[in-house]
Amino acid sequence: MGAQWMLAPFLALLLVAANADVAAQEKVIPVTAERFKFTPGVIEVKVGVPVVLELTTLDRKHGFQVPDLKIDETIEPGRVTHVRIVPDKAGTYDFHCTVFCGSGHEEMAGQIVVSP
Amino acid sequence: MNEPKGRREFMQLLGLGGVVFASGLAGACTNILRKSVAQEDDFFFVQLSDSHWGFKGPPNPEAANTLRQAVAAVNALPSAPDFVVFTGDLTHTTDDEAERRKRMREFKAIVADLKTPVQHYMPGEHDASLDWGKAYQENFGPTHYSFDYKGIHFAVLDNVSDPQAAIGDTQMDWLLADLKPLRPEAPIVVFTHRPLFDLAPAWDWATRDGSKAIDLLQHWKNVTVFYGHIHQEHHFRTGEIAHHAATSLIFPLPAPLSQPKRTPVPWDPAHPRRGLGFREISVDESRLALTLKQDSLEGVGAAQPAAASGG
Ligand SMILES: [Cu+2]
Repeated sequence: MGAQWMLAPFLALLLVAANADVAAQEKVIPVTAERFKFTPGVIEVKVGVPVVLELTTLDRKHGFQVPDLKIDETIEPGRVTHVRIVPDKAGTYDFHCTVFCGSGHEEMAGQIVVSP
Repeated sequence: MNEPKGRREFMQLLGLGGVVFASGLAGACTNILRKSVAQEDDFFFVQLSDSHWGFKGPPNPEAANTLRQAVAAVNALPSAPDFVVFTGDLTHTTDDEAERRKRMREFKAIVADLKTPVQHYMPGEHDASLDWGKAYQENFGPTHYSFDYKGIHFAVLDNVSDPQAAIGDTQMDWLLADLKPLRPEAPIVVFTHRPLFDLAPAWDWATRDGSKAIDLLQHWKNVTVFYGHIHQEHHFRTGEIAHHAATSLIFPLPAPLSQPKRTPVPWDPAHPRRGLGFREISVDESRLALTLKQDSLEGVGAAQPAAASGG
């Protein structure tokens, strides 16, 4: 989906260093994972407004993958996974759980909606 | 002397309007149908997949019978396959470890009726991803292995015991060591559950490190991959490697990314078992041409009452 998302793979590294600073200034959206859904299931963001997703699990290990944004993370119990998104193209981006978590895993999915 | 007769019957079966798909094992174009005389050294095997034993729900109201029907249909083939391979998701997943093992025992009891003595199994994520393949291995043995049969090298890859759908470096090293003695032209068939290529990552139809496996396999010129997981026929090529997905024995899934969610194709009472079936793969004497034939369960007789409880 273009160069605008090339930063995503490096986010994990950046966030380790920048987490405290970034969290202070950027919009944080908490997202919880549990068998077999994400809450919110639709994450709404705006073009040009960077956000940090704060991913936690309510039960077991899950995954969080947004193939079109090259985001691929795991969500471990007792840990917060931060994903920084810099949306610069409107559209809908599907995400889903990538850690098989039981009968219903196939339905564990949601969308990031980037509005202009 | 029975063998030539068996072959001839199989030829006739191929001609009976089933979907025949000639699959070049890398460029070879011999088609078994074009031959007027059966080669005595031809053979065929059957691929079954995704029976999800233990599943209950509207997508298949006959779920307690479908696997039995498939076993009966394979037994009823005009000639017996040399072996049967089952490419994963033998059982439907459950959190209950005792129930998981019970489903595996029930599955084994049903496939014990297969008349073909040689059977090869591998897990799907429903069998193995909640316990890293523990219950599967107790019941079926190793999750990856290889064997040779009549000049073809067969390798079974496990891309499901890791719940994140990875083959992993240990198994990748094993695969390399397993294939290394083979000459570059050696015919190789790979069985696995998930697609090795990125068919539809958004639907989890991929293997995390599948591209590594494909890069490795590309050093050999005659590689064909048979897999399951996506509950429908699908044919794809990466370089010289042909990849063929099989139908399931529980419910069909929609074409890749053809709708927002990968929900099962609804059961159609007017066409029970539509989209469910198994595949015959015949191998010619050169071992370089495979012919695929799809057998549907749609035409088989009405379901018999389940002998067992059906779990
Ligand atoms: Cu999950």
